[in-house]
Amino acid sequence: MARAVTPRRKAVNTALAWAVGLLIFFPILWTILTSFKTEATAIADPPVWLFFDWTLENYAVVQERSDYSRFLWNSIIIAGGSTLLGLIIAIPAAWSMAFVPSRFTKDILLWMLSTKMLPAVGVLYPIYLIFIQFGLLDTRIGLTVVIMFINLPIIVWMLYTYFKEIPGEILEAARMDGATLREEILYVLTPMAIPGIASTVLLNVILAWNEAFWTLNLTAAKAAPLTAFIASYSSPEGLFYAKLSAASTMAIAPILILGWFSQKQLVRGLTFGAVK
Amino acid sequence: MSFRTSLGLASALAVAASMAAHAQTPSGTITIATVNNGDMIRMQGLTSEFNAQYPDIKVEWVTLEENVLRSRVTQDVATKGGQFDVMTIGTYEVPIWGENGWLVSLNDLPAEWDADDILPAIRSGLTVDGELYAAPFYAESSMVMYRTDLMEAAGLTMPEAPTWEFIREAAEAMTEGDVYGICLRGKAGWGENMALLSAMGNSFGARWFDEDWQAQFDTEQWANTINFYMDLMTNYGPPGAANNGFNENLSLFQQGKCGMWIDATVAASFVTNPNDSTVADKVGFALAPDNGLGKRGNWLWAWSLAVPAGSQQTEAAKAFVAWATSKEYTALVAEKEGWANVPPGTRQSLYDNAEYTSAASFADMTLRSINSADPTQPTVDPVPYTGVQFVAIPEFAGFATEVGQEFANALAGQQSAEQALERAQAVTTDAMEAAGY
Repeated sequence: MARAVTPRRKAVNTALAWAVGLLIFFPILWTILTSFKTEATAIADPPVWLFFDWTLENYAVVQERSDYSRFLWNSIIIAGGSTLLGLIIAIPAAWSMAFVPSRFTKDILLWMLSTKMLPAVGVLYPIYLIFIQFGLLDTRIGLTVVIMFINLPIIVWMLYTYFKEIPGEILEAARMDGATLREEILYVLTPMAIPGIASTVLLNVILAWNEAFWTLNLTAAKAAPLTAFIASYSSPEGLFYAKLSAASTMAIAPILILGWFSQKQLVRGLTFGAVK
Repeated sequence: MSFRTSLGLASALAVAASMAAHAQTPSGTITIATVNNGDMIRMQGLTSEFNAQYPDIKVEWVTLEENVLRSRVTQDVATKGGQFDVMTIGTYEVPIWGENGWLVSLNDLPAEWDADDILPAIRSGLTVDGELYAAPFYAESSMVMYRTDLMEAAGLTMPEAPTWEFIREAAEAMTEGDVYGICLRGKAGWGENMALLSAMGNSFGARWFDEDWQAQFDTEQWANTINFYMDLMTNYGPPGAANNGFNENLSLFQQGKCGMWIDATVAASFVTNPNDSTVADKVGFALAPDNGLGKRGNWLWAWSLAVPAGSQQTEAAKAFVAWATSKEYTALVAEKEGWANVPPGTRQSLYDNAEYTSAASFADMTLRSINSADPTQPTVDPVPYTGVQFVAIPEFAGFATEVGQEFANALAGQQSAEQALERAQAVTTDAMEAAGY
């Protein structure tokens, strides 16, 4: 039975949730507001909230100075490509760990996760030198592969958790009906795990989209994604906060909209398996 | 010969000359790494003018945040990655990289480029063993920027070359309400608070190392420097100054919150720009302060363009470098954006130009500040290193940032000045021992 909740308590909880949500969203909101200010209003003290002369000038300047579409395209390819490549490797891996575990499965899972515990900069030079050797610097393919590897442990872990929820008997039944391994994974397991796979995809696209260390260090002009686009508006000697905010807003807008529309799947996927 | 024929002849000659020039013009795609400073943005905007002269060179721009740029170009030049053909670097990197053989010598730039016109202080900072390894794009020193109205209200007159004691008196007199007498850098970093403190130390007779490379933070001169700085900032500085770098102080000054600000000369064009600054018509300039010891507390920095040894497009890259740092480029910016916006501080000819000096009220003080800094003899007592606000050795950026953190912590009230000095001495000594000095 659900616990009885008094209306008052519900109101307090709702207010609290809104307050926390607003607090978390505030930096983004402020960035968006600043992007519509002039440089002088952007640094005004006390800060100006809503009543200023809204201007689109910063967007015009940013648009004129940088080729936004090229950065956007690179971001889409790198985020999408690395997620797709990751899935191709992670689905079979998670299948074997969930349905035919060995006594090393737990260790392998933990070991995979341990690669996330090393600060990225620790392997920057080896990877940089490998990239030079193979001519991968400033290429989309190189970056896609690196980002895929960075996120692979998370993809495998998430898929593993979702697959564990699926009764092994269903797969067994498919096998008894004569399904091959490929058919079993492709036509039986994958359709059942769609909500889990969808949320894995979403989360990884977001992670890859926002990845700023490797994308800044391994690119120059050709493969630079939106993270490099934002970085190009930060200035050591000069106040360009409004333009920086406009560039940031343009960079996060696509992923913000994607997240907004797929909110339901994202939340469902993330809490999937939490309720038994 | 009639006027018309001579005109025709002249234009025919011009066409022939330009065709001859085109015959040997370099071609290819060059990638230029730079920072997002106003002068660089203007350079980027004028790419089409460069292409009008060199139609076969395609220019790709990579603009990055200063610290990201520094680590990006360093890893690229050290591994000969060949990602960049022109790099924007400063007076700290050039001597070290030049000595390592990481940069292409620019001694063979065309005669019209006129190397002798470059200010001697700047040129010497970019030369190693007679080879020029970078061409200065714009240069800066530091100076005092002050509010003329507040100074007058305080009943004081700023001398052209003030002492630190005068700065303290003026800061005290100008501090009132939400106006702070003085704004100085507090944010940790070798290029942030340590640029100010190293230069300030020079005028107090302090130095980073003695002639045997022994750290000097245990000396009286450093104690005087830090105590004076702390006294100034805690009594007359803005709250939270330990987080203030160039941009934060620029913002405060433009909002009319600072009586005085000692920082890069390049700030002068921002604080006098009526579009951004609320105090544009009330700013005066003076040389950085001294203590009568023969050295002033001003630094010297030149944002410069260099060609890395790993570049595959050396000729095209050199063509760009020569173009962007030429007198013609200066004239081009003046024509398009006005004289006040030309990149300052690199050429004597600019300061001989009456149009420039009358358009830029800060021109004279900028030139005098640059000329009064000497990277080869930066301190009162002799030192084994070059660099005014830095020590041109590869380890410096690392330990100076740690030292900067100690002084920032002291300014934030987390430790005393004595503790900060002790730790600075320990950090520097350890780093130098580890580096084998």
